[in-house]
Amino acid sequence: MEFFISTLLFGISVGGQYALIAIGYTMVYGILRLINFAHGDVFMVAGLLGIYLSASFPLYVAMPLVIILTVALGFCIERVAYKPLRSAPRMSVMISAIGVSYLLQNTATYVTGGQPMIYPTLPFLSDTITVAGTSIKWVVVLTPILVVVLVILLTQLINRTKVGMAMRAVAKDFETSQLMGIKINSVISTTFIIGSALAAVGSMLYFTNYSSVVPTVGSMPGLKAFVAAVFGGIGSIPGAVIGAFLIGICENFVKILPFEGATTFVDAFTFALLIIILVFKPTGLFGEKATDKV
Amino acid sequence: MLKIDELKVSYGGIEAVKGISLEVPERKIVTLIGANGAGKSTTLRTIAGLAKPAHGRIHLQGEDITGLSPDRIVSKGITLVPEGRHVFPDLTVVENLKIGAYLRRDNINDDLNWVYELFPRLKERSWQAAGTLSGGEQQMLAVGRALMSRPKIIMMDEPSLGLAPIVVKGIFDIIKEINHQGVTVLLIEQNANMALRIADVAYVLETGKLTLSGSGRELLNNEQVKKAYLG
Repeated sequence: MEFFISTLLFGISVGGQYALIAIGYTMVYGILRLINFAHGDVFMVAGLLGIYLSASFPLYVAMPLVIILTVALGFCIERVAYKPLRSAPRMSVMISAIGVSYLLQNTATYVTGGQPMIYPTLPFLSDTITVAGTSIKWVVVLTPILVVVLVILLTQLINRTKVGMAMRAVAKDFETSQLMGIKINSVISTTFIIGSALAAVGSMLYFTNYSSVVPTVGSMPGLKAFVAAVFGGIGSIPGAVIGAFLIGICENFVKILPFEGATTFVDAFTFALLIIILVFKPTGLFGEKATDKV
Repeated sequence: MLKIDELKVSYGGIEAVKGISLEVPERKIVTLIGANGAGKSTTLRTIAGLAKPAHGRIHLQGEDITGLSPDRIVSKGITLVPEGRHVFPDLTVVENLKIGAYLRRDNINDDLNWVYELFPRLKERSWQAAGTLSGGEQQMLAVGRALMSRPKIIMMDEPSLGLAPIVVKGIFDIIKEINHQGVTVLLIEQNANMALRIADVAYVLETGKLTLSGSGRELLNNEQVKKAYLG
Protein backbone atom coordinates (compact mmCIF):
# COMPACT_ATOMS: atom_id res chain seq x y z
CA MET A 1 0.00 0.00 0.00
CA GLU A 2 2.75 2.42 0.98
CA PHE A 3 4.58 1.42 -2.16
CA PHE A 4 1.47 2.08 -4.20
CA ILE A 5 0.99 5.53 -2.70
CA SER A 6 4.57 6.59 -3.18
CA THR A 7 4.51 5.37 -6.79
CA LEU A 8 1.32 7.29 -7.38
CA LEU A 9 2.69 10.46 -5.78
CA PHE A 10 5.88 10.22 -7.76
CA GLY A 11 3.90 9.66 -10.96
CA ILE A 12 1.75 12.71 -10.30
CA SER A 13 4.84 14.76 -9.62
CA VAL A 14 6.67 13.70 -12.79
CA GLY A 15 3.43 14.21 -14.68
CA GLY A 16 3.23 17.76 -13.33
CA GLN A 17 6.73 18.44 -14.58
CA TYR A 18 5.80 17.10 -18.01
CA ALA A 19 2.70 19.28 -17.86
CA LEU A 20 4.75 22.45 -17.43
CA ILE A 21 6.67 21.59 -20.59
CA ALA A 22 3.58 20.33 -22.44
CA ILE A 23 1.79 23.66 -22.03
CA GLY A 24 4.54 25.33 -24.04
CA TYR A 25 4.11 22.82 -26.86
CA THR A 26 0.37 23.04 -26.92
CA MET A 27 0.14 26.85 -26.76
CA VAL A 28 2.64 27.36 -29.56
CA TYR A 29 0.86 24.74 -31.62
CA GLY A 30 -2.49 26.38 -30.91
CA ILE A 31 -1.29 29.67 -32.34
CA LEU A 32 1.30 28.82 -34.98
CA ARG A 33 0.32 25.20 -35.83
CA LEU A 34 4.00 24.48 -35.21
CA ILE A 35 5.54 21.69 -33.16
CA ASN A 36 8.33 23.63 -31.51
CA PHE A 37 10.96 20.90 -31.40
CA ALA A 38 13.36 23.24 -29.64
CA HIS A 39 11.12 23.45 -26.57
CA GLY A 40 12.64 20.43 -24.80
CA ASP A 41 16.07 21.96 -25.32
CA VAL A 42 14.93 25.27 -23.91
CA PHE A 43 14.03 23.24 -20.82
CA MET A 44 17.56 21.73 -20.83
CA VAL A 45 19.14 25.19 -21.14
CA ALA A 46 17.04 26.32 -18.17
CA GLY A 47 18.58 23.42 -16.23
CA LEU A 48 22.12 24.46 -17.18
CA LEU A 49 21.37 28.09 -16.38
CA GLY A 50 20.25 26.93 -12.94
CA ILE A 51 23.59 25.23 -12.39
CA TYR A 52 25.79 28.06 -13.66
CA LEU A 53 23.83 30.90 -12.10
CA SER A 54 23.55 29.26 -8.69
CA ALA A 55 27.34 28.91 -8.73
CA SER A 56 27.71 32.70 -8.89
CA PHE A 57 24.59 34.02 -7.19
CA PRO A 58 22.58 33.08 -4.15
CA LEU A 59 19.57 30.91 -5.05
CA TYR A 60 17.00 33.62 -4.48
CA VAL A 61 18.71 35.66 -7.22
CA ALA A 62 19.71 32.75 -9.43
CA MET A 63 16.30 31.11 -9.79
CA PRO A 64 14.39 34.26 -10.88
CA LEU A 65 17.28 34.93 -13.26
CA VAL A 66 16.85 31.43 -14.71
CA ILE A 67 13.24 32.25 -15.52
CA ILE A 68 14.12 35.64 -17.03
CA LEU A 69 16.93 34.29 -19.20
CA THR A 70 14.88 31.29 -20.34
CA VAL A 71 12.07 33.64 -21.33
CA ALA A 72 14.58 35.78 -23.24
CA LEU A 73 15.85 32.65 -25.00
CA GLY A 74 12.33 31.57 -26.01
CA PHE A 75 11.56 35.07 -27.25
CA CYS A 76 14.76 35.25 -29.32
CA ILE A 77 14.25 31.80 -30.83
CA GLU A 78 10.83 32.85 -32.09
CA ARG A 79 12.08 36.17 -33.47
CA VAL A 80 15.17 34.74 -35.18
CA ALA A 81 14.12 31.27 -36.30
CA TYR A 82 10.34 31.35 -36.76
CA LYS A 83 9.18 34.90 -37.42
CA PRO A 84 11.10 35.32 -40.71
CA LEU A 85 9.32 32.16 -41.92
CA ARG A 86 5.82 33.37 -41.07
CA SER A 87 4.52 33.00 -44.62
CA ALA A 88 6.66 29.97 -45.48
CA PRO A 89 5.18 26.44 -45.58
CA ARG A 90 4.78 24.89 -42.14
CA MET A 91 7.34 22.21 -42.94
CA SER A 92 10.07 24.85 -43.32
CA VAL A 93 9.34 26.27 -39.89
CA MET A 94 9.48 22.78 -38.45
CA ILE A 95 12.90 22.21 -39.99
CA SER A 96 13.98 25.52 -38.50
CA ALA A 97 12.77 24.25 -35.11
CA ILE A 98 14.83 21.07 -35.46
CA GLY A 99 17.81 23.23 -36.36
CA VAL A 100 17.37 25.32 -33.23
CA SER A 101 17.05 22.15 -31.17
CA TYR A 102 20.44 20.90 -32.36
CA LEU A 103 22.02 24.32 -32.05
CA LEU A 104 21.02 24.43 -28.37
CA GLN A 105 22.22 20.87 -27.74
CA ASN A 106 25.54 21.47 -29.49
CA THR A 107 26.08 24.74 -27.69
CA ALA A 108 25.38 22.98 -24.40
CA THR A 109 27.91 20.29 -25.28
CA TYR A 110 30.43 22.97 -26.15
CA VAL A 111 29.91 24.83 -22.90
CA THR A 112 29.78 21.84 -20.56
CA GLY A 113 32.21 19.65 -22.46
CA GLY A 114 29.47 17.05 -22.56
CA GLN A 115 29.98 16.18 -18.91
CA PRO A 116 26.92 15.58 -16.76
CA MET A 117 26.42 18.59 -14.52
CA ILE A 118 24.88 18.29 -11.08
CA TYR A 119 21.87 20.46 -10.36
CA PRO A 120 22.05 22.44 -7.11
CA THR A 121 20.02 21.24 -4.17
CA LEU A 122 17.15 23.62 -3.70
CA PRO A 123 16.41 24.02 0.01
CA PHE A 124 12.90 23.02 1.04
CA LEU A 125 12.12 21.36 -2.32
CA SER A 126 14.75 18.70 -1.64
CA ASP A 127 13.79 18.25 2.01
CA THR A 128 11.97 15.05 2.73
CA ILE A 129 8.67 14.51 4.45
CA THR A 130 6.80 11.38 5.37
CA VAL A 131 3.51 10.76 3.61
CA ALA A 132 1.58 7.57 4.33
CA GLY A 133 4.63 5.97 5.83
CA THR A 134 7.02 6.67 2.95
CA SER A 135 9.54 9.45 2.92
CA ILE A 136 9.49 11.63 -0.17
CA LYS A 137 10.89 14.98 -1.24
CA TRP A 138 8.76 18.08 -0.86
CA VAL A 139 8.98 18.66 -4.60
CA VAL A 140 6.89 15.56 -5.18
CA VAL A 141 4.02 16.99 -3.14
CA LEU A 142 4.45 20.54 -4.30
CA THR A 143 4.64 19.99 -8.07
CA PRO A 144 1.03 19.02 -8.66
CA ILE A 145 -0.23 21.85 -6.47
CA LEU A 146 1.94 24.37 -8.29
CA VAL A 147 0.87 23.02 -11.68
CA VAL A 148 -2.81 23.26 -10.82
CA VAL A 149 -2.40 26.83 -9.57
CA LEU A 150 -0.44 27.86 -12.68
CA VAL A 151 -2.95 26.24 -15.00
CA ILE A 152 -5.85 28.01 -13.30
CA LEU A 153 -4.03 31.33 -13.63
CA LEU A 154 -3.24 30.61 -17.25
CA THR A 155 -6.81 29.68 -18.20
CA GLN A 156 -8.03 32.82 -16.44
CA LEU A 157 -5.54 34.83 -18.47
CA ILE A 158 -6.72 33.24 -21.70
CA ASN A 159 -10.44 33.37 -21.00
CA ARG A 160 -10.80 36.60 -19.07
CA THR A 161 -8.21 39.12 -20.25
CA LYS A 162 -7.86 41.18 -23.37
CA VAL A 163 -4.51 39.63 -24.29
CA GLY A 164 -6.05 36.19 -23.78
CA MET A 165 -8.90 37.10 -26.10
CA ALA A 166 -6.34 38.26 -28.66
CA MET A 167 -4.51 34.94 -28.31
CA ARG A 168 -7.69 33.00 -29.00
CA ALA A 169 -8.44 35.23 -31.98
CA VAL A 170 -4.95 34.92 -33.46
CA ALA A 171 -5.09 31.14 -32.98
CA LYS A 172 -8.13 31.06 -35.25
CA ASP A 173 -7.39 33.65 -37.89
CA PHE A 174 -4.22 35.72 -38.39
CA GLU A 175 -5.59 38.06 -40.99
CA THR A 176 -8.88 38.96 -39.35
CA SER A 177 -7.03 39.46 -36.06
CA GLN A 178 -4.84 42.00 -37.83
CA LEU A 179 -7.95 43.77 -39.07
CA MET A 180 -9.02 44.14 -35.44
CA GLY A 181 -5.78 46.00 -34.77
CA ILE A 182 -4.09 43.08 -33.02
CA LYS A 183 -0.33 42.96 -33.50
CA ILE A 184 0.01 39.26 -34.13
CA ASN A 185 3.76 39.25 -33.59
CA SER A 186 3.43 40.48 -30.03
CA VAL A 187 0.72 37.90 -29.33
CA ILE A 188 2.98 35.15 -30.69
CA SER A 189 5.90 36.43 -28.61
CA THR A 190 3.70 36.41 -25.52
CA THR A 191 2.94 32.76 -26.18
CA PHE A 192 6.63 31.88 -26.36
CA ILE A 193 7.31 33.91 -23.22
CA ILE A 194 4.66 32.03 -21.23
CA GLY A 195 5.79 28.66 -22.58
CA SER A 196 9.45 29.33 -21.77
CA ALA A 197 8.69 30.61 -18.28
CA LEU A 198 6.74 27.44 -17.50
CA ALA A 199 9.55 25.30 -18.93
CA ALA A 200 11.98 27.12 -16.62
CA VAL A 201 9.81 26.40 -13.60
CA GLY A 202 9.49 22.81 -14.82
CA SER A 203 13.27 22.47 -15.02
CA MET A 204 13.69 23.47 -11.38
CA LEU A 205 11.22 20.85 -10.24
CA TYR A 206 12.42 18.16 -12.64
CA PHE A 207 16.12 18.49 -11.86
CA THR A 208 15.40 18.42 -8.17
CA ASN A 209 14.16 14.89 -8.87
CA TYR A 210 16.75 13.88 -11.47
CA SER A 211 19.75 15.99 -10.62
CA SER A 212 22.04 15.36 -13.57
CA VAL A 213 21.92 17.69 -16.59
CA VAL A 214 23.45 16.60 -19.91
CA PRO A 215 22.97 18.36 -23.27
CA THR A 216 20.44 15.77 -24.45
CA VAL A 217 18.46 15.72 -21.22
CA GLY A 218 15.70 17.81 -22.78
CA SER A 219 14.77 15.32 -25.46
CA MET A 220 13.03 12.65 -23.38
CA PRO A 221 10.93 14.89 -21.13
CA GLY A 222 10.42 17.10 -24.19
CA LEU A 223 9.14 14.18 -26.23
CA LYS A 224 6.95 12.93 -23.39
CA ALA A 225 5.50 16.39 -22.91
CA PHE A 226 4.83 16.49 -26.63
CA VAL A 227 3.11 13.11 -26.37
CA ALA A 228 1.08 14.48 -23.46
CA ALA A 229 0.04 17.48 -25.55
CA VAL A 230 -1.04 15.29 -28.46
CA PHE A 231 -2.69 12.83 -26.09
CA GLY A 232 -4.74 15.62 -24.50
CA GLY A 233 -5.62 17.11 -27.88
CA ILE A 234 -2.96 19.45 -29.16
CA GLY A 235 -3.93 23.09 -28.75
CA SER A 236 -5.83 22.43 -25.52
CA ILE A 237 -4.15 23.49 -22.28
CA PRO A 238 -6.30 21.40 -19.90
CA GLY A 239 -5.83 18.50 -22.32
CA ALA A 240 -2.04 18.81 -22.18
CA VAL A 241 -2.06 18.93 -18.39
CA ILE A 242 -4.32 15.93 -17.96
CA GLY A 243 -2.34 14.06 -20.60
CA ALA A 244 0.89 14.83 -18.78
CA PHE A 245 -0.44 13.64 -15.43
CA LEU A 246 -1.72 10.41 -16.99
CA ILE A 247 1.60 9.73 -18.68
CA GLY A 248 3.56 10.47 -15.52
CA ILE A 249 1.37 8.14 -13.45
CA CYS A 250 1.30 5.38 -16.06
CA GLU A 251 5.02 5.31 -16.60
CA ASN A 252 5.72 5.07 -12.88
CA PHE A 253 3.35 2.16 -12.56
CA VAL A 254 4.87 0.45 -15.58
CA LYS A 255 8.25 0.72 -13.84
CA ILE A 256 7.04 -1.40 -10.91
CA LEU A 257 5.29 -4.06 -13.00
CA PRO A 258 6.48 -7.48 -11.85
CA PHE A 259 8.33 -8.60 -14.94
CA GLU A 260 11.90 -8.29 -15.98
CA GLY A 261 12.80 -5.22 -18.01
CA ALA A 262 9.71 -3.22 -17.07
CA THR A 263 11.89 -0.20 -16.32
CA THR A 264 13.62 -0.53 -19.66
CA PHE A 265 10.39 -0.49 -21.63
CA VAL A 266 8.85 2.53 -19.94
CA ASP A 267 9.44 4.88 -22.87
CA ALA A 268 8.28 2.39 -25.49
CA PHE A 269 5.15 1.99 -23.41
CA THR A 270 4.53 5.73 -23.40
CA PHE A 271 4.56 5.88 -27.16
CA ALA A 272 2.47 2.74 -27.52
CA LEU A 273 -0.11 4.48 -25.34
CA LEU A 274 -0.06 7.46 -27.68
CA ILE A 275 -0.63 5.26 -30.70
CA ILE A 276 -3.55 3.46 -29.07
CA ILE A 277 -5.22 6.69 -28.02
CA LEU A 278 -4.79 8.21 -31.45
CA VAL A 279 -6.28 5.15 -33.13
CA PHE A 280 -9.46 5.52 -31.09
CA LYS A 281 -9.50 9.28 -30.74
CA PRO A 282 -7.44 10.90 -33.50
CA THR A 283 -7.86 14.42 -32.11
CA GLY A 284 -6.82 13.46 -28.57
CA LEU A 285 -8.85 13.75 -25.39
CA PHE A 286 -9.85 17.40 -25.82
CA GLY A 287 -8.93 17.89 -29.47
CA GLU A 288 -10.37 20.76 -31.48
CA LYS A 289 -13.59 19.97 -33.19
CA ALA A 290 -14.25 21.73 -36.45
CA THR A 291 -17.09 24.05 -35.48
CA ASP A 292 -16.46 26.57 -38.22
CA LYS A 293 -19.51 27.30 -40.23
CA VAL A 294 -18.79 28.39 -43.76
CA MET B 1 -11.63 62.14 -47.13
CA LEU B 2 -9.88 59.05 -48.51
CA LYS B 3 -7.87 59.66 -51.64
CA ILE B 4 -6.14 57.02 -53.73
CA ASP B 5 -3.65 57.96 -56.42
CA GLU B 6 -2.31 55.70 -59.15
CA LEU B 7 -2.49 52.61 -56.93
CA LYS B 8 -0.81 49.48 -58.30
CA VAL B 9 -0.77 46.22 -56.38
CA SER B 10 0.68 42.87 -57.36
CA TYR B 11 -0.68 39.71 -55.92
CA GLY B 12 1.09 36.39 -56.43
CA GLY B 13 3.20 37.80 -59.27
CA ILE B 14 0.17 39.18 -61.11
CA GLU B 15 -0.66 42.85 -61.16
CA ALA B 16 -4.20 42.80 -59.79
CA VAL B 17 -4.64 46.56 -59.49
CA LYS B 18 -3.16 48.51 -62.39
CA GLY B 19 -3.09 52.13 -61.39
CA ILE B 20 -6.43 53.27 -60.01
CA SER B 21 -7.26 56.68 -58.59
CA LEU B 22 -10.41 57.35 -56.67
CA GLU B 23 -11.84 59.51 -53.95
CA VAL B 24 -14.16 58.72 -51.09
CA PRO B 25 -15.87 61.92 -49.90
CA GLU B 26 -16.74 62.31 -46.23
CA ARG B 27 -20.09 60.91 -45.06
CA LYS B 28 -20.85 59.40 -48.47
CA ILE B 29 -21.42 55.84 -49.63
CA VAL B 30 -18.97 54.94 -52.36
CA THR B 31 -19.20 51.66 -54.20
CA LEU B 32 -16.82 49.78 -56.41
CA ILE B 33 -18.51 47.31 -58.71
CA GLY B 34 -16.91 44.84 -61.03
CA ALA B 35 -16.64 41.18 -61.93
CA ASN B 36 -14.75 38.54 -60.01
CA GLY B 37 -11.01 39.15 -60.18
CA ALA B 38 -11.35 42.78 -61.22
CA GLY B 39 -9.17 43.83 -58.26
CA LYS B 40 -11.89 45.05 -55.90
CA SER B 41 -10.84 42.99 -52.89
CA THR B 42 -7.17 43.69 -53.49
CA THR B 43 -7.91 47.42 -53.44
CA LEU B 44 -9.65 47.19 -50.06
CA ARG B 45 -6.99 44.87 -48.63
CA THR B 46 -4.31 47.33 -49.67
CA ILE B 47 -6.09 50.25 -48.01
CA ALA B 48 -6.46 48.09 -44.86
CA GLY B 49 -2.73 47.39 -44.85
CA LEU B 50 -2.98 43.65 -45.54
CA ALA B 51 -1.30 44.04 -48.93
CA LYS B 52 1.53 46.40 -49.84
CA PRO B 53 1.16 48.58 -52.92
CA ALA B 54 3.84 48.45 -55.59
CA HIS B 55 3.09 52.01 -56.60
CA GLY B 56 0.84 54.90 -55.68
CA ARG B 57 -0.26 56.70 -52.52
CA ILE B 58 -3.19 56.50 -50.15
CA HIS B 59 -4.16 59.59 -48.14
CA LEU B 60 -6.65 59.85 -45.31
CA GLN B 61 -7.70 63.44 -44.60
CA GLY B 62 -4.45 64.62 -46.15
CA GLU B 63 -2.26 62.24 -44.17
CA ASP B 64 -0.22 59.70 -46.11
CA ILE B 65 -1.15 56.24 -44.82
CA THR B 66 0.38 54.19 -47.65
CA GLY B 67 1.93 50.94 -46.49
CA LEU B 68 1.09 51.29 -42.79
CA SER B 69 0.53 48.06 -40.85
CA PRO B 70 -3.10 46.93 -40.38
CA ASP B 71 -3.17 47.91 -36.70
CA ARG B 72 -2.02 51.45 -37.56
CA ILE B 73 -4.69 51.72 -40.24
CA VAL B 74 -7.35 50.69 -37.71
CA SER B 75 -6.07 53.28 -35.27
CA LYS B 76 -6.32 55.92 -38.02
CA GLY B 77 -10.04 55.14 -38.32
CA ILE B 78 -10.36 52.77 -41.26
CA THR B 79 -11.87 49.34 -40.75
CA LEU B 80 -12.56 46.47 -43.13
CA VAL B 81 -15.39 43.96 -42.91
CA PRO B 82 -13.71 41.07 -44.71
CA GLU B 83 -15.27 38.99 -47.44
CA GLY B 84 -16.86 35.87 -45.98
CA ARG B 85 -17.45 37.65 -42.62
CA HIS B 86 -14.69 35.86 -40.70
CA VAL B 87 -16.19 36.18 -37.25
CA PHE B 88 -14.17 34.34 -34.59
CA PRO B 89 -16.26 31.17 -34.27
CA ASP B 90 -15.10 30.11 -30.78
CA LEU B 91 -15.49 33.54 -29.25
CA THR B 92 -18.90 34.62 -28.02
CA VAL B 93 -20.82 37.34 -29.81
CA VAL B 94 -19.94 39.88 -27.13
CA GLU B 95 -16.27 38.86 -27.25
CA ASN B 96 -16.29 39.32 -31.01
CA LEU B 97 -17.64 42.83 -30.49
CA LYS B 98 -15.10 43.60 -27.77
CA ILE B 99 -12.22 42.45 -29.92
CA GLY B 100 -13.42 44.91 -32.56
CA ALA B 101 -12.56 47.61 -30.01
CA TYR B 102 -9.18 46.02 -29.29
CA LEU B 103 -7.11 49.17 -29.76
CA ARG B 104 -9.41 51.42 -27.78
CA ARG B 105 -8.54 52.41 -24.25
CA ASP B 106 -11.75 54.33 -23.49
CA ASN B 107 -15.10 53.03 -22.36
CA ILE B 108 -16.81 50.95 -25.03
CA ASN B 109 -20.18 50.37 -23.35
CA ASP B 110 -21.95 53.12 -25.30
CA ASP B 111 -20.78 51.64 -28.56
CA LEU B 112 -21.75 48.18 -27.46
CA ASN B 113 -25.26 49.47 -26.83
CA TRP B 114 -25.23 51.30 -30.17
CA VAL B 115 -24.35 48.07 -32.00
CA TYR B 116 -27.03 46.19 -30.04
CA GLU B 117 -29.53 48.87 -31.09
CA LEU B 118 -28.55 48.45 -34.73
CA PHE B 119 -28.67 44.67 -34.43
CA PRO B 120 -31.07 43.60 -31.67
CA ARG B 121 -30.50 40.00 -32.74
CA LEU B 122 -26.91 40.21 -31.56
CA LYS B 123 -28.00 41.30 -28.11
CA GLU B 124 -30.26 38.26 -27.79
CA ARG B 125 -27.35 36.03 -28.71
CA SER B 126 -24.54 37.87 -26.99
CA TRP B 127 -23.38 34.82 -24.98
CA GLN B 128 -23.53 32.39 -27.87
CA ALA B 129 -20.41 31.29 -29.71
CA ALA B 130 -20.29 33.23 -32.96
CA GLY B 131 -19.82 30.01 -34.95
CA THR B 132 -23.39 28.99 -34.08
CA LEU B 133 -24.96 32.05 -35.71
CA SER B 134 -26.63 31.94 -39.11
CA GLY B 135 -24.89 33.51 -42.11
CA GLY B 136 -26.91 36.71 -41.88
CA GLU B 137 -26.31 37.04 -38.16
CA GLN B 138 -22.60 36.49 -38.71
CA GLN B 139 -22.61 39.29 -41.27
CA MET B 140 -24.34 41.56 -38.75
CA LEU B 141 -21.72 40.58 -36.19
CA ALA B 142 -18.89 41.29 -38.63
CA VAL B 143 -20.32 44.75 -39.31
CA GLY B 144 -20.97 45.39 -35.61
CA ARG B 145 -17.45 44.26 -34.75
CA ALA B 146 -16.01 46.69 -37.28
CA LEU B 147 -18.13 49.55 -35.88
CA MET B 148 -16.72 48.89 -32.39
CA SER B 149 -13.44 50.49 -33.48
CA ARG B 150 -15.38 53.77 -33.97
CA PRO B 151 -14.24 54.07 -37.59
CA LYS B 152 -14.34 57.14 -39.78
CA ILE B 153 -14.54 54.87 -42.79
CA ILE B 154 -15.99 51.37 -42.88
CA MET B 155 -15.02 49.26 -45.87
CA MET B 156 -17.15 46.25 -46.73
CA ASP B 157 -16.12 43.41 -48.98
CA GLU B 158 -19.16 41.69 -50.51
CA PRO B 159 -21.48 41.90 -47.50
CA SER B 160 -24.31 40.27 -49.48
CA LEU B 161 -22.30 37.18 -50.41
CA GLY B 162 -24.22 33.96 -49.84
CA LEU B 163 -27.16 35.58 -48.06
CA ALA B 164 -30.87 35.27 -48.80
CA PRO B 165 -32.39 38.31 -50.58
CA ILE B 166 -34.45 39.33 -47.54
CA VAL B 167 -31.32 39.26 -45.36
CA VAL B 168 -29.37 41.22 -47.98
CA LYS B 169 -32.03 43.91 -47.88
CA GLY B 170 -31.64 44.13 -44.09
CA ILE B 171 -27.87 44.48 -44.42
CA PHE B 172 -28.20 47.26 -46.99
CA ASP B 173 -30.70 49.10 -44.79
CA ILE B 174 -28.16 48.95 -42.01
CA ILE B 175 -25.41 50.25 -44.29
CA LYS B 176 -27.61 53.26 -45.08
CA GLU B 177 -28.36 53.72 -41.39
CA ILE B 178 -24.68 53.59 -40.41
CA ASN B 179 -23.90 56.13 -43.11
CA HIS B 180 -26.75 58.32 -41.95
CA GLN B 181 -25.14 58.35 -38.50
CA GLY B 182 -21.97 59.81 -39.98
CA VAL B 183 -19.75 56.91 -40.99
CA THR B 184 -18.27 57.03 -44.48
CA VAL B 185 -18.79 53.78 -46.40
CA LEU B 186 -16.66 52.18 -49.09
CA LEU B 187 -18.49 49.14 -50.39
CA ILE B 188 -17.59 46.56 -52.98
CA GLU B 189 -20.26 44.32 -54.37
CA GLN B 190 -21.07 41.86 -57.10
CA ASN B 191 -24.70 42.64 -56.40
CA ALA B 192 -24.35 45.82 -58.45
CA ASN B 193 -28.04 46.62 -58.45
CA MET B 194 -28.32 46.89 -54.67
CA ALA B 195 -24.99 48.68 -54.31
CA LEU B 196 -25.71 51.33 -56.96
CA ARG B 197 -29.11 52.07 -55.42
CA ILE B 198 -27.57 53.22 -52.14
CA ALA B 199 -24.31 54.69 -53.51
CA ASP B 200 -23.62 58.41 -53.74
CA VAL B 201 -20.57 57.74 -55.87
CA ALA B 202 -19.82 54.60 -57.87
CA TYR B 203 -16.86 53.29 -59.81
CA VAL B 204 -16.66 50.37 -62.22
CA LEU B 205 -13.50 48.31 -62.00
CA GLU B 206 -12.46 46.04 -64.87
CA THR B 207 -9.33 43.90 -64.76
CA GLY B 208 -7.49 46.23 -62.44
CA LYS B 209 -8.55 49.52 -64.03
CA LEU B 210 -11.37 51.99 -63.41
CA THR B 211 -13.48 52.26 -66.54
CA LEU B 212 -16.47 54.30 -65.42
CA SER B 213 -17.51 56.53 -62.60
CA GLY B 214 -20.48 58.64 -61.64
CA SER B 215 -23.28 58.84 -59.14
CA GLY B 216 -25.04 55.60 -58.27
CA ARG B 217 -28.13 56.69 -60.19
CA GLU B 218 -26.11 57.59 -63.30
CA LEU B 219 -24.48 54.20 -63.41
CA LEU B 220 -27.77 52.43 -62.78
CA ASN B 221 -29.05 54.01 -65.99
CA ASN B 222 -25.83 53.58 -67.94
CA GLU B 223 -26.30 51.21 -70.89
CA GLN B 224 -22.90 49.58 -70.52
CA VAL B 225 -23.41 48.94 -66.83
CA LYS B 226 -26.90 47.61 -67.43
CA LYS B 227 -25.58 45.15 -69.97
CA ALA B 228 -22.55 43.97 -68.04
CA TYR B 229 -23.64 44.02 -64.38
CA LEU B 230 -27.38 44.41 -64.04
CA GLY B 231 -28.40 41.69 -66.51
